[in-house]
Amino acid sequence: MSLRTPLRRVLGAGSAKEGVQHWWQQRLTAVALLPLTVWFVVSLLALPSLDHATVTAWMRGSWTALLLILLVLVATWHSQLGVRVVVEDYVPAPGARTVTLTLLSFLHALLAAAGVFAVLKVALGAGA
Amino acid sequence: MPARPLSPHLSVYKMSRYSLVTSILNRFAGVALSAGLLLLVYWLMSVAAGAGTQARAAQLLSLPVMKLVYGTCIAAFCYHFVAGIRHLVWDTGRGLERSQSQRSAYLVVAVSIALTLLLAYCAFVLKGHAS
Repeated sequence: MSLRTPLRRVLGAGSAKEGVQHWWQQRLTAVALLPLTVWFVVSLLALPSLDHATVTAWMRGSWTALLLILLVLVATWHSQLGVRVVVEDYVPAPGARTVTLTLLSFLHALLAAAGVFAVLKVALGAGA
Repeated sequence: MPARPLSPHLSVYKMSRYSLVTSILNRFAGVALSAGLLLLVYWLMSVAAGAGTQARAAQLLSLPVMKLVYGTCIAAFCYHFVAGIRHLVWDTGRGLERSQSQRSAYLVVAVSIALTLLLAYCAFVLKGHAS
C-alpha cells in the first residue's frame, strides 16, 4: 500500500522537500542565539551605566551595531517559529488559529523592523 | 473541532514527571522570552528616540514591579538557554536513554538555577542596572 495520493502519482511529484524546514530553522536560530545572547548579556553587564550617553556610545560601535541587529533578527525569527508551534498546539479552532498566527507574524515583523531601525538610527548618528 | 486525537498527543505518552516538567517549563520560558522581546525593542526604540525619551522610558523601566519582570526574564533566559542545549544534544541522537535524560533533566534544572542566581546577582546587586 502506498501512502502517496493518486494525484501525487499522476503528477509524478516527490515530496515538497520542505518537511523539515521549520524544525531546521528553529535549530539554526537556536545555535546562532547561543553566542549572540551571551555576548549581549555580558556586554550589558560590562557597561558602567545604562544612561543615554553610555548606551549610545556603545551602540555606535560597528561590531555592537552589527551584532545587535543580528540578535534582534535571529531572536524575533526564533520567537516567531516557537510561538507558532504553541498556537498550533493550543488554538484548535481554524479561524481563531489563523487570526492569532497572522497577528503574531505581523507583531514579530514589527519587532524585527523596529529593533533594526532603532540600532541603525543610533549607529548611523541620526539619534542624538 | 474534529472528533479525533489532535496534536499534541499528550495522552498517548507514558511520561514521568521530570520529562513533563522540563518540557513545559521550556515552553513557558520561551513564551516569556518572546514577551521579553517587546521590552528589548521598546528599550532600543527609546534609546534611538533621544535622551529625553529614554529618560522617560527609564522611569517606566525602573518601576519596582519591573524588578519582577527582569527577574522572570533572567530565569526564563537561563532555563531556555540550558534546556535548549539539552535539546540540541538530543538532536544529535545522544542522551536519549531514559537514565541519561533523567540525569540531564536534573542537570538542566541545577545549572539554570545557578546561572539565574549568578545573573540576578550581577544585574541587581553588582551593577544595580535594573534598580
